[in-house]
Amino acid sequence: MGHYLLRRLLIALPSLLGISVVLFTVLALAPGDPFAEMALNPNIPPEVQENMRKQFGLDDPIWLRYFHWLFAMLHGNWGFSFISRVDVDTLIWARVPVTLAVIGASQVLALLIALPVGIVSAARPYSWFDRVASTLAFVGFSLPTFFTGLLFILLFSIKLDWLPFVFRADIPGTGWAWWEAQIRQSIMPVLVLGLFQGASWTRYVRSAVLDVIRLDYVTTARSKGLRERAVILKHVVRNALIPVVTLVALTMPQVFGGAIVTEQIFRVPGIGSLLIDAILRNDTPVVMAVTFVFSCLVILFNLIADLLYGWLDPRISYR
Amino acid sequence: MEEVELRALIEDVRAEKLPRRRFIERMVGLGLTAPMASMLLMHSGIAQTQPAPVYKPTKRGGGGALRVLWWQGATLLQPHFANGTKDQEGSRIFYEPLAIWDNDGNLVPILAAEIPSRENGGLAADGKSVTWKLKKGVTWHDGKPFTADDCVFTWEYAKDPATAAVTIGVYKDVVVEKVDANTIRVTFAKPTPFWATAFVAAEGMVLPKHVFGPYAGAKSREAPANLKPVGTGPYKFVDFKPGDIVRGEINKDYHMANRPYFDTIEMKGGGDATSAARAVLQTGEYDYAWNLQVEDEVLKRMEAGGKGKVHIVPGGDIEFIQLNITDPWNEVDGERGSVKSKHFAFSDPKVREAMALLCDKKSMQEFIYGRTGFATGNFMNNPPRFTSKNTKWEFNVDKANQILDAAGWKRGSDGVREKNGKKMKFVYQTSINGTRQKEQAIVKQAAQKAGIDLELKSVTASVFFSSDVANPDTYGKFWADMQMYTTTMTAPDGERFMNQYQSEEVSQKANKWSGRNICRYVNPEYDKLAVQGSSELDPVKRAAIYIQMNDMVVNDHIIVPLISRPRVRGGNLRLVTTLSGWDLDFSALQNWYRETQAA
Repeated sequence: MGHYLLRRLLIALPSLLGISVVLFTVLALAPGDPFAEMALNPNIPPEVQENMRKQFGLDDPIWLRYFHWLFAMLHGNWGFSFISRVDVDTLIWARVPVTLAVIGASQVLALLIALPVGIVSAARPYSWFDRVASTLAFVGFSLPTFFTGLLFILLFSIKLDWLPFVFRADIPGTGWAWWEAQIRQSIMPVLVLGLFQGASWTRYVRSAVLDVIRLDYVTTARSKGLRERAVILKHVVRNALIPVVTLVALTMPQVFGGAIVTEQIFRVPGIGSLLIDAILRNDTPVVMAVTFVFSCLVILFNLIADLLYGWLDPRISYR
Repeated sequence: MEEVELRALIEDVRAEKLPRRRFIERMVGLGLTAPMASMLLMHSGIAQTQPAPVYKPTKRGGGGALRVLWWQGATLLQPHFANGTKDQEGSRIFYEPLAIWDNDGNLVPILAAEIPSRENGGLAADGKSVTWKLKKGVTWHDGKPFTADDCVFTWEYAKDPATAAVTIGVYKDVVVEKVDANTIRVTFAKPTPFWATAFVAAEGMVLPKHVFGPYAGAKSREAPANLKPVGTGPYKFVDFKPGDIVRGEINKDYHMANRPYFDTIEMKGGGDATSAARAVLQTGEYDYAWNLQVEDEVLKRMEAGGKGKVHIVPGGDIEFIQLNITDPWNEVDGERGSVKSKHFAFSDPKVREAMALLCDKKSMQEFIYGRTGFATGNFMNNPPRFTSKNTKWEFNVDKANQILDAAGWKRGSDGVREKNGKKMKFVYQTSINGTRQKEQAIVKQAAQKAGIDLELKSVTASVFFSSDVANPDTYGKFWADMQMYTTTMTAPDGERFMNQYQSEEVSQKANKWSGRNICRYVNPEYDKLAVQGSSELDPVKRAAIYIQMNDMVVNDHIIVPLISRPRVRGGNLRLVTTLSGWDLDFSALQNWYRETQAA
């Protein structure tokens, strides 16, 4: 186990390095530059732009810029944003809590929907409940989040005027009022993301449970005279959830990565909207840092998923 | 308009035969900016009227929260690092300049005790220096007094190239010295008729020396106050998340009586223009929204919600087409679009004239812009009655056809005109933007009737407006036959915007396409006037020269002005704002308040 972990971590290093090279090159080759906004302003002479390019090292060759970045990163210096001239880690940390809260809540919601609905559907396949649940699940993951988001805004904010559609990261006030405002503004983004994720997970849970429920040991358990509830919860679900756990672990990086479209629609100041703004403004250090952190998380959670799998299923061994 | 006429007009204003406002509007019609026109009067010794803004609240505070929506959030709060107006606006909540421009082009004092003039001795007779008297008793948010040292420091800070300030252009060629604790003198290298640049408006925000002192030059980025501004403005800093939110609270020691009205201010960023309009006009979730680039139809529908209304503020933005008179397709001397080459069709003034006749500005205004744009034949013009008499425009396909026939362009079997084996097929490029693609379609349709085949090309805005040397699609390279975008004419310095058609500013390989003359217009006569204009001390003569140059470019059809685009903002029905088309939205933030009943 220890050996396995060490080997996996060692393999991760070159892949991270490779990822960083690819990311950096792609960003460097992409068209546009961070000072484009200034170009249109006649009050700012072109020399200012040139001077700033020089100051920020944008005129150096790509490989030199890459090594500068790499060495700084190894020292824990993530660089600073060309646009806001703020350190990148400050920018990212300011966004993490909101992303964790909103996306995290939506993932919890997704699980709360997917598990019971998926299990009940599989326990009574092709029943009335299963048919309705399947139909809704298909509708749920066929509708893109930007569509449901707008639909919700139209219904709950404009027609009914129940919920605000502009998300505010720092609501003034404390206590119940704060919680109430927080929940009111989170309902729509969390629902949009949670329902989408929940719909696809429901299908996944259903098929995983269906696979297990037909196995012989389940029949044995039933013939022992166990109650159906005990059979499903203790014998079926336990085994069926092993692949589901892996799936959930693999989607965890997304929780940190944010949801670009949904964040944009509801103005949620999360990592996703930071990334999209940075991309639109060609703010290389920010794009680089966010995508790099994201790829680290993907590799990390892949490893965690693999380890979890072995822990849950003793038949798997690590060599 | 000749110099003599100009002088006569100025005399009319002096004799109060012509209202000051009408004079400024006429000058704007001739292609000057309102601030330039206003400076013209001031230089002639006609004091500006100081309009008192409507401000009803009789005590400070008590207005609750002011919530404004900027769909591009402020990314930094250091005015001298601002990448765009969004950052300047965010900074302007906390920092203040000595003076601002109001909507009529008047200078209004903020941190200055009075506006320098000939009478009060502020303006030197030789035009080489300005003396500003600073308001006394102003304190920074941390309680320290505001003095001349802060102004001198701001100049030193901004002019240092190591600071990497974007305002360096304003400060590098002036010298600022302290006369006494409340007086500064700004000295220019040469007589400068347009002196109100340093310490005025968006680029004039003064920084506190005691806060930024240790961080001038190369260490500029490390200053903690870059994120936590300490200014003199009506609101004090509370919280800032780059790209997301700026929050401020009332400055109880603000230097203007009974101001500000609101207890807190919150500037939220992100999202898109349409939903920002909705949050203000339809649901009333927010009080004010910036830059509503939304079709008028949609805005009208939202206004029906009854929560807010659209504010249309005339300013200096103009949507226009440039015609390429060089050959963008073949390399001459190792570069495409070389000044030495000639465009196969647009080098002929007749073809340019025909093209100008084919731009149906009226339809663009009616079907695309509605209230948010005015068809214009001039580089600048607001209400139609002030249009320059020197430049005319019309939409006339028949006339265009006649001109092209006469110029020897014959229709081929496919209906497309040709001459010397070259077909009239043009590439017409612009940035990707729903409105622009519709405008392209309108021009294409008319051009087709005249036997011109337009190929429409649209480039992502971030690429089109970038100065990326390696990219062939930037507007600066202009490797197409025609292109269209909006240029902002708010730059009050006439010299800078005159040089957009000067031959030494030609955008080409040698200057990495950073030259400002993108059409690559070369006209010795124009150059001569430009040189004359820049060394002309008499502002009236200078203005006359400038108007002549403006007419030259427009009448030569190097550019086809299309739509004058006012600023479109959304505000709550009860919110009273003071907006200016020549300065920031927040330039008079201290005067904003809420009526108790809908206005």
